[in-house]
Formats: sequence, C-alpha cells, structure tokens
Amino acid sequence: MYSFEPTEEQQMLIEAVGKYASNDLRVAAHEAEESRELPKKLVNKGWELGLLQASIPESYGGFGERSAVTSVLALEEMAFGDLAGTLAVMTPSLFATPILLVGNEEQKQTYLPKIIEGNWNPYTAALIEYTFDFDPNALKTMASAIGDHFILNGEKAFVPFAKDAEAILVYADLDGKTQGFIIPKGTEGLSISDEREKLMSLNALPLYRVTLDSVKVPATNRLGGASGHDFEPVLAALRVATAATAVGVANAAFEYSKNYAKEREAFGVKIAQKQAIAFMLAEMRTEIEASRLLTWEAAWKLDQGKDDALVEAYLASTGAADMAMMVTDRAVQILGGHGYIREHPVEMWMRNGRGFAMFTGLAIV
Amino acid sequence: MPIEFEAPKPIVQTQFLLKTVADEMMRPKSRYFDEHEHEIPWDYMEFMHTAMKAMGAGSLTPKENGNGHEGAEKKEKRPPIGYQVLAAQIEMLSWGDVGMYLITPGGGLGAAAVQSAGTPEQRAKFLARFSEDKPTVGAMCMTEPGAGSDTSAIRARAVLDEKTNEWIINGEKIFVTSGDKAFTQYEKLGRGFIVVWASIDPSAGRAGMRAFVVESGTPGVTIAKLEHKLGIRVSDTAAISLVDARVPYDNILGSPTVEKTTTGFKGAMATFDATRPLVAASGLGVARAALEFLKEKLTENGIQIRYGLPRQKLTSIERDVIDMEIMLKSAWLMVVKAVWMADNKKSNALEASMSKVKAGDVGTKITQKVVEILGPLGYSREFLAEKWFRDAKITDIYEGTGQINRLVVARQILGYSGSELR
Repeated sequence: MYSFEPTEEQQMLIEAVGKYASNDLRVAAHEAEESRELPKKLVNKGWELGLLQASIPESYGGFGERSAVTSVLALEEMAFGDLAGTLAVMTPSLFATPILLVGNEEQKQTYLPKIIEGNWNPYTAALIEYTFDFDPNALKTMASAIGDHFILNGEKAFVPFAKDAEAILVYADLDGKTQGFIIPKGTEGLSISDEREKLMSLNALPLYRVTLDSVKVPATNRLGGASGHDFEPVLAALRVATAATAVGVANAAFEYSKNYAKEREAFGVKIAQKQAIAFMLAEMRTEIEASRLLTWEAAWKLDQGKDDALVEAYLASTGAADMAMMVTDRAVQILGGHGYIREHPVEMWMRNGRGFAMFTGLAIV
Repeated sequence: MPIEFEAPKPIVQTQFLLKTVADEMMRPKSRYFDEHEHEIPWDYMEFMHTAMKAMGAGSLTPKENGNGHEGAEKKEKRPPIGYQVLAAQIEMLSWGDVGMYLITPGGGLGAAAVQSAGTPEQRAKFLARFSEDKPTVGAMCMTEPGAGSDTSAIRARAVLDEKTNEWIINGEKIFVTSGDKAFTQYEKLGRGFIVVWASIDPSAGRAGMRAFVVESGTPGVTIAKLEHKLGIRVSDTAAISLVDARVPYDNILGSPTVEKTTTGFKGAMATFDATRPLVAASGLGVARAALEFLKEKLTENGIQIRYGLPRQKLTSIERDVIDMEIMLKSAWLMVVKAVWMADNKKSNALEASMSKVKAGDVGTKITQKVVEILGPLGYSREFLAEKWFRDAKITDIYEGTGQINRLVVARQILGYSGSELR
C-alpha cells in the first residue's frame, strides 16, 4: 500500500520538534552564527527531545526502535529551525547510530548506554576529507592491519566537537573498503586542530581538522569487530539524513520568502501578486515536495532493507542538494537587497544551501 | 496507516499485464500510426476493450468503491486505491505509446466530468455504455478559439427551450481529444458522447458555466476539422461546431439555475483536480520510455552509470542520467501522493497541480536530453526517441499548461483568490 501519513506518534514528535525548532533554534540562530557560539542550554534542550534515545532499544538503555522514516521527519522539522543547531544536537548520533546499525554486541553494550544516559555527550565521527573530489567510498585516510591492531594515517576535515569528544568514529580505507574505527580521546597520534574550521556557513558548529599519525587501534575497536562491517547501510543513512536536513532548510527559506512576498509592496500590490514572484514560489514549493517524497521513500527503503536503498539514498541526497541550492538562492532573490543583508536569515540559508553537496557525514538517520 | 511506498498488489499485477500490451500491441505500431495521422488502430481498440473487460477494469475510469478490480466489495475494509491503480495503468500504457493510450476505449475526460459533476442517476445513465459490448469513447469540449487556459472566456451558449424542455447549444470548440471517435465513429465503435462546456447565463461569468452531455450523432453538431500535430498523432484532435444543437434537459451536469457562486466553474476545476495527476502519470510514462531506451543504448555501448560517486567524478552522461532518474522518481512519487489523496477523499488541488507542473517539466526535459545524448540515433526516425520527444511536449500543455498550473499552485500556497493573483 502507499501511504503518506505519519503515524500519530510521529505526528506528536514532529510537533514537539517543530516547537523547539521555531521557539529555540530559530530564535538563537542569527546570534549563534555571528558569534560562532551555540549556547550549551540550547543543545541540551534539543537533546532532551530524545530523538537518538528513542531510536535505541531498551536493552541498550534507550526507549525505542530505530526508524529512518521517523528520523527523516524529525530532522527536516529541526533543520527548519536552524541547520547548525540541528547538527550539534544530533552529533552523538554520528557515533551511536553506526554502532547500532553495524556494530557488534560488545560495542553496543559498551557505548550506547553511555552515550544516551543523562545529558548531551560529545561523541562524534570523522568521514569528510579535505580534497576537492572527496568520495566516502575511496578515502585517503588509510588503515592497515598489523598483528592484532590497526594503524591509521591521514587527515579528516569538518569533524564536529572533535576537541571535546570522548571518542571519535574515524572512517578509513582498509584494503579498498571504507571501515569505521573507534578512537578514544587522548589516543597517541591523534591530534585535533587548535583552530576551528572556517566554512562559508555553520559558523556556530565547532568543526575541527583531525590528524592521525600512526594511530594504533586495537582490533576490537574496528566497527563491527574483527570481521568489520558493511559501509553501505551507514552511508545510506548519512545520505538520507543530509537530504532531510536539506529539505528542512529549503522549506525554511521558502516559508520566509513567501511571507515576505505577501507583506512587501511594489507598484501598489504585494510582490507575491506578481507572477514573476508567485511562479518562483510555486516552483520552490514543487521542488521541495519532490525532494521530500524521494527522501521519505529512501528512508522507507532503508527501514525495509530494500536492495536499492543505497542508490535511492544517493539519488535523494543528490537531488536535495540541487534543490536546496535552487530554493535558497531564490529566497534571497525574492527579498532582493534585503535578502543580501545578514539581518534576514535567507542569506545564511543560501550559504547552507550550497553545503549539502558536501555535508554527507555531518548527520545520520 | 504509516508512511509506506510498497505498490499495492493490484497495481503490480496491472503493470505486469499492461507491460505485455505495451510491448505486443503498442510499440510495434507506434511508428506506423505516427506516420499515418488520422488512421485508426481498430485492432488495438477492440483488443483493449475486450482485455479491459476481462480484467474487470471496464474502462480507464476509477471505480468508486474500490481498487479497480472485481471483488473489491468483499474487501471493503481496505483503503480505496482506484485512482492509484488508474495512474499506474496510464503510466504503463503511455510508456507503450501515449497517443494510443489516449484512444484507449473508455470515457476519458467526458466520463470524468460526469463522474465528478453528475448526479448518481446521470452517472448510471451515461457511464454504463463504456463497459458494454463495443469499444466506446467519451470526450470533453472546453477549449474555444478565444478561450484556452482562460476557460472563463468561454462563449458557447446554452439556452433552455421551455416548449420542448431541451437545451439549445451554440458554439465552437477546438482541441477536443478523441472528439471524432466519441462523436462520429459510432458505426464501428459504440455510441459515445462529448461533454460540452457552455454558459447558461453569460452575465453571471464563471457561475453561469455548465457542462452538457451531447450524444454522438446529435444533429447540428459537426466535426469541422481534425488537427495535424507535433506528436500524439494517433489521437484525433477535433474542432467541433455546434449550431442549434438540441440536448435533453436532464443532460446538464450540475444545477440548471444560476446562484451567485462559482459552483459551475468549480465543477470543471474539480474535474481537473482528479485528472491532472493522471495526465502527469501519462507524461512520466513517456519520460520513462525515453530514459530506459537511453540506458539500454548506453549499456550496449559498454557505458555504466556509476551511482554513488561524487558529482565531481561523474562523466557528463552519468550526471545527466542520474539527474533524470532523480526527476523521474520524485515526479512519480508526487503523482502517487496526489492520487492517494484523491482515493482518500483528501483535498488535493495543490498536490494535483504540483504533480502536473513537475511532470510537464520532467517529461520535456528528459525526452529532450535523451535525444541530445543519443545524437544522430536520437534524431533519426529509425528509433522512437524523437517521437517521444514530440509526444512528451503535450504533457506540459494539455489539462492546464505548466504556467496555469504554476498559477494554481501559487494561489494555493499564498492563499490568494483568482483576483488577487491573476
């Protein structure tokens, strides 16, 4: 059967997340972006919504079951408030969800309860690398097996909260395949940049460069244990999440510019009454819907374990990245000169918008 | 029911069946009828009529009570999927040949108008014929030389003759899809009808607009001309002239009196809410045909699409194919959502028009790109790619052009009336 109706539970979650997005994240976004500082209280409040906690089974200290569809709904809603805030709140998922997906029993027992009990804890992951043709399936950070451990060498970029992280899930190339390795804080050879990364947007999110210089990792810390893991389900979950946040940001820009166009007058009418503006808005709304549905379907396929889930996730994230660029650009265009001024949020969303083509690795469902 | 994307079984079954029809009955004839405009593929029409009766589908009209299959009564607790089945059927037949799909016997837009604006009695009276012995066709006459997208400019006039209790209709209609088959071909086909939009009170504007069922062969009605077109050539497009055509009183769809509302016009627009996603589905069928053909040709030439690579590493062809797949898949989901809403009696004016906007874009972009990538193979009439390019363009035009649908979408999202956003 086809159905496009979230369950009652999902609906309640969407409402709760929506409130947080509008009343907290959105309100704080401008100041956070300008000052490069996210209030800890803000992040904790988002954490208390329990999105990650609800995706982890009781046996590991959580109170639910993972559903990519539910995560997609929640992520879109939260990113509607603010992207940097959303990524900060969800950073521990970058570490926990891959363990839940492809980790072994021991890793689940060791880490999951620790991460989700109590307050937001900085656990993170490092996937992105500082190359122009970054490809998560062909990493330049190398792992090699030596006896009962692995040696990792390389450099990772855009690692959220790396400075304070209790542990980092580092992805590296092992014999041509991408594998995750759990690297605890203070491991020898692991160094984290003093300076935060300076990007076109996400200024509020503390991102770091992480260098691995002959980092020695015990075999037990390989994600999935001695025999490792499939990277596909992890990558698909990362891509679907990127798509969901792109839809959320695009929708924020659409709503804002729509409301502006209904207020702003020119030549005696609201500018929304001009087809030149109205048609842009119609196309923005249409493309948002297209991306949203493809993202939902990809998430659903992931939950169902469909064979083509990975390809679908790739298509969803690729499509959403283009869509978000188009929509956020038009939002700025609709506001005209005002769109270019940082007092309005659309210019920030446009800077966000360009990023989705390279944000895979910063959010997961 | 939670969010789900599993195609219901009846859809999978009907797709399987119609794929065979498309392969066996449509594709082999595609080129011939493209090059012999106005010839009628009787074999196909006979076959489809028989086949669809056998399938229990009757005609390409959604079943009110169920999932488009006999025995639906037994499983009444299942949510209705009539429009969903129909969209899938139309997509697959259009994948075969969109022109031939358009002449598939059945009520077409004429029946759709009766379905959405008629009384239960009128539905019983006018729709039964489509599941009788002979293939039968219905058509809708709305467009006029001076009234295209602006349907409120319609000049056709219906006046009640109180002596005979008949409506007398005068007017000129153009671009009537299957008008010839619905109106004049009743010797070989069953007796069809055309639904004519005319005003019963020009001073009332849109509120005075009504639709009338005009039976085939009605005196005073003539086919003035059959158009020669860019594509969908096997589907006849008629110009119809009505001079003092007399129609029984009961053939009016909707109220015979004019209130100061726009009910009559809304009847027409409600028809579009139901049919726009179906037209979108049709356009996407053509697009899928083109994209699949391209991928076959690429495979034959040893070109693989490397899904999953970053954009920067993809070849230009890979990028194009991936973009086309994104467009096609997401557009299809928009159609599915719009018809799912229709089945579940949710108001879908926004979703219906968005699906049409998207499908119009996607259908034209994909077919244009496929011809471009295939180069001389694409441009040659030896293959069907160039035909699909010509066929697909109609999706962006009929049932409301892409621009009209943008206007509808814009009014919906802005909460504007027709006078606030012209």
